[in-house]
Amino acid sequence: MNQIELNNITKRYPGCVANQSVDLKVAVGEIHALLGENGAGKSTLMKIIYGVVKPDEGAMRWQGQTVSVKGPAHARDLGIGMVFQHFSLFETLTVAENIALSLPKAESASMDLLKQRIIDVSEHYGMKLDPNRYVHTLSIGEQQRVEIVRCLLQDVKLLILDEPTSVLTPQEVETLFKTLHLLSDEGCSILFISHKLDEVRALCDHATILKSGQVSGHCVPSETTTEELARLMVGDDTPLTEDYKKAEGDEAFLSIVDLSHQSDDPFACTLKNVSFEVKAGEILGIAGVAGNGQEELLNLISGEDTSAKETVFFAKKAVGNLTPEKRRILGLGFVPEERLGRGAVPDMSLQDNGLLTGYQGELTKNGIINTGKVKAFAQNILERFNVKAAGIHAQAKSLSGGNLQKYIIGREILQDPKLLVCSHPTWGVDIGAAILIRHELIKLRDEGCAVLVVSEDIDELYSISDRICAICDGELSPVAPTHDVSINQLGMWMAGDFHALNNENEGAVK
Amino acid sequence: MLNITLEKRPSDSKLMSYLSPIFAVILTLISGGLLFTALGQDPFHALYTFFISPLTDIYGWTELGVKVAPLTLCAIGLMLCFKARVWNIGAEGQFILGGLGGGYIALELMDAEGFWVLPLVLFFGALSGLLWGALTALLKTRFGANEILTTIMLNYIALNWLLYGVHGPLKDPDGFNFPESALFSDFATLPVLSDDYRLNISIFFALFAVAVIWALMSKTLLGFQISVLGEDKAAARFAGFKEERLIWFVLLACGALAGLAGVSEVTGSIGQLNPYISPGYGYAAIIVVFLGRMHPIGIVFASMLLALTYMGGEMAQMDLALPKSLTGLFQGMLLFYLLACDLLISYRIVRKPTARSTGSSSNSAQA
Amino acid sequence: MDFELFTNILFATLRTGTPLILIALGEMVCEKSGVLNLGQEGMVLMGAALGFIAAVVTGHAGLGIIAAILAGMMMSVLFAFLAVTLVSNQVATGLALTIFGTGLSGFLGAGYVGMAIDGIAPFPIPLLSDIPFIGKVLFSHDPLVYLSWVMFALIFWCFRSTRLGLTIRAVGENPEAANAIGIPVMKVRYGAILFGGAMAGLAGAYLSLVYTPMWSEGMSAGRGWIALALVVFASWKAERILLGAYLFGAASIMHLVLQGLGFEASPNLLAMLPYGATIIVLVIIASDAAKAKLSTPLALGKPYRPQV
Repeated sequence: MNQIELNNITKRYPGCVANQSVDLKVAVGEIHALLGENGAGKSTLMKIIYGVVKPDEGAMRWQGQTVSVKGPAHARDLGIGMVFQHFSLFETLTVAENIALSLPKAESASMDLLKQRIIDVSEHYGMKLDPNRYVHTLSIGEQQRVEIVRCLLQDVKLLILDEPTSVLTPQEVETLFKTLHLLSDEGCSILFISHKLDEVRALCDHATILKSGQVSGHCVPSETTTEELARLMVGDDTPLTEDYKKAEGDEAFLSIVDLSHQSDDPFACTLKNVSFEVKAGEILGIAGVAGNGQEELLNLISGEDTSAKETVFFAKKAVGNLTPEKRRILGLGFVPEERLGRGAVPDMSLQDNGLLTGYQGELTKNGIINTGKVKAFAQNILERFNVKAAGIHAQAKSLSGGNLQKYIIGREILQDPKLLVCSHPTWGVDIGAAILIRHELIKLRDEGCAVLVVSEDIDELYSISDRICAICDGELSPVAPTHDVSINQLGMWMAGDFHALNNENEGAVK
Repeated sequence: MLNITLEKRPSDSKLMSYLSPIFAVILTLISGGLLFTALGQDPFHALYTFFISPLTDIYGWTELGVKVAPLTLCAIGLMLCFKARVWNIGAEGQFILGGLGGGYIALELMDAEGFWVLPLVLFFGALSGLLWGALTALLKTRFGANEILTTIMLNYIALNWLLYGVHGPLKDPDGFNFPESALFSDFATLPVLSDDYRLNISIFFALFAVAVIWALMSKTLLGFQISVLGEDKAAARFAGFKEERLIWFVLLACGALAGLAGVSEVTGSIGQLNPYISPGYGYAAIIVVFLGRMHPIGIVFASMLLALTYMGGEMAQMDLALPKSLTGLFQGMLLFYLLACDLLISYRIVRKPTARSTGSSSNSAQA
Repeated sequence: MDFELFTNILFATLRTGTPLILIALGEMVCEKSGVLNLGQEGMVLMGAALGFIAAVVTGHAGLGIIAAILAGMMMSVLFAFLAVTLVSNQVATGLALTIFGTGLSGFLGAGYVGMAIDGIAPFPIPLLSDIPFIGKVLFSHDPLVYLSWVMFALIFWCFRSTRLGLTIRAVGENPEAANAIGIPVMKVRYGAILFGGAMAGLAGAYLSLVYTPMWSEGMSAGRGWIALALVVFASWKAERILLGAYLFGAASIMHLVLQGLGFEASPNLLAMLPYGATIIVLVIIASDAAKAKLSTPLALGKPYRPQV
């Protein structure tokens, strides 16, 4: 019997169709993958099942019965649980309070009883949790456990996980998969949303593939090659693999020397004795789970936060106490993680957003803006980086994630940086744009620029970095040439075990 | 079945941002008409009395100018602050301090003669307003105190300071114990444009300020930085703009402009210090900024409309025997309607059928 | 200072602090849900005006109180419709509410300026009020002072140990997440705003029916704004609001203290005291940025509209 069946689901948003006549069936106890690249409509479909979003057309059958899910509460009554990609947790509340909020009133009446249940359930599924801890003190992996346990407490029949592995270390992923197998053995269906093909092949019984909002195929992942899966996801005309030559690099441009930093922000991570360098003509990749000090480190490199003078050097010049615009004059280009609301001003035009970091060159003179040159600069970015936009007057917020990212990276590259710092360069970006962005980074490296990439996407880091390391709890692992570091070892580094030896050379990625 | 929902526009509508103030004025007029009807007045006659009759002669237009000048000066300064998302509600206090500081110098120079007296008085007025603005900037940048609350508190303190002055040390010794200062000397009084009217040269101060601020905001990097800071603080920090300096700049500029407005008012149409030197210009200027779309030219027009509500309130009091507080009522209503209509800038209203999520509804193309 | 004066000062402190407690508690609930309503001053004035008018017209001060609460709620509905349903800028909308409320209350109350009514009589609590000193300071007040304590206790309990309190906090911290797990964000926010309006209206009634039984334009004299500062000062904690309100109460009646001590000072200069004290308080709280960040509702002032 099918646990859930979707027929002909269509959902339109102004300017785009998120789902077009989508069908989906998941059997009892089945682990079903929903595959698709960014923007294929996976998240919208999940929100429809969970009742957060109403479909414009189509029907849903739950255990053979036609239902119309009125909202998340109704979905939970039916036995549908959902683990969101961006956790729907409340940081200033405790684990138990968070869980109580999503349970029916009767079940959360006694907090003590609830806490005991949380302990019991989390231990049964191998995901230890302390119900009394505040969520903001938990690691990302632990926060995900809260989300999962929250679902398990309500006798869940279908568990939906939206990109659950993107925030985990490889070891944490293994633990998660064990839990999911245990659940499936107990008869719970699992809908696993991902764009990571290897994981899907390792875990899932069946897969439905979405492309541009439509179902582009069904398959049994274990019997299908990664190549075939990828083709279904992106179509025929996009190159799938990129093979970049590794580079050695030249003199160090960026040097971080024994950098320790404690922020005023109570939610921030403290950096401890971080030292590394990025050479001109190389790409250094820093892996790590979000919230382990990446943000703080990047702020100190960009100058948005300052430290002691002798902790950050650009080409041997101490810059630790300099402001961002002074560091930009020395050759810094920076692509922050937040595209809208930091890298670009959402309500301003692309023209103004070009001026945002380009104001130091010839775009202004004696504090007066040269509008003609600003326009030419913006137009140049659009053309050179193939940005699809209504024109230089389009508001930044009207661009898709991929196009905006191309614009921001283009803006930085066209200023001829000597050091380009990129945070999550292709996060949430469609494959076409991602390939273009990686190409540009490699090209920049080959022109002799020092490039620092911080990302949670390990595959990407392996693909473009010449040297690699990981950050955990504000400390940096050793830095080594990428081809000397196995995925397993990087995983240990991401988990904070910096002394793990690389004794399984066969696991190393070539 | 149809229902009406809001749908976010992919891009903000420029057209709507210009139409919204017009809608707001129309809605205010309609509500005003209904209000007058409820009060037993002929709505058309009452609206005519309030909005048209003040402007039926040249005298009326010059009186409008008398009120437009301080409103525009305060509003153009506030615009700078609001552009930077510095919620300075303190134009009222800066206006009062400008009047008080300039007035104090004018009283000290009662016996002085010469054309240097007036510029000096104006300078000290603007300086007093600037210092009052500086206090807010200091509290915000040095101590991180919320500027909305500090400026409101400073407004009340400024008002009490003025009251203390006119009830105490600055009271006219020959004034029969009224809480008023002596009338300023001719050398400390702004020249009028024509002896028949009260309109004085402060209107040129206002227009000059509008031109300067307009150039600043549209042509200079400083103006661009102010806009970025207001739109997106993280982007401003990312780009390396100096947040604290920008905050200081907008608050000092606004303080000086509001102070100039205050000193122009006391050395112009009032001619002395009294407890009523501001009929709430500093607060009305907030509405002017929003209504004028945070644009210098828009602010000039919006100032005229708000100036009219003051004159209309006086006319309604005289001709219709209605309370003068009608002015505040109309001003509040106008801002409310404006904020509501502004929704249309980033959303559109769509009528769409309710979702057919149950039953065997199938896509006609597939059927 | 003699003992009786000291007793009187404490008694007056509690009276002066009461409207601040009412406004600040209402605003605290509102802010906990993530909505910053800067329209307190306007709602208080409307409550004061309509409360007074209703009391004059009906002759019942009790009906005045009900009218004041309703007036505050009507004003807050206006705010909620704009700020929640129409996702307008909360700062601007709150200012609009204050300007509108000031204008409307002045307009409606114009015919009632200078009228006198009896107001609400004190209600000394039997037995307790006979205790020396404490009886006079704590138990010889009017009913609204006791009501402010009841409201304090209710709100304290609500946020400490009820699901409702948890829900309001969740909405104020992360409306997207709250919506995702099925909490009706808009309804919770409407409720919180309405509660804030009712409390502000009640505070208005206190001013025009109890504290100084009369109506004059702008009679709240910035109490709505001071209460807003109080909420920040109290780090969104009910017990600290109580404490802060009484401290402000004490600052506002400094003239009594000074007169008692035999000083002469300009009433205008003394009137600056509570406002100056507010600024000092704002500086003190802001100096501990880290702590302020931990206690501020994370979504405060950010418009939110669920996508459907």
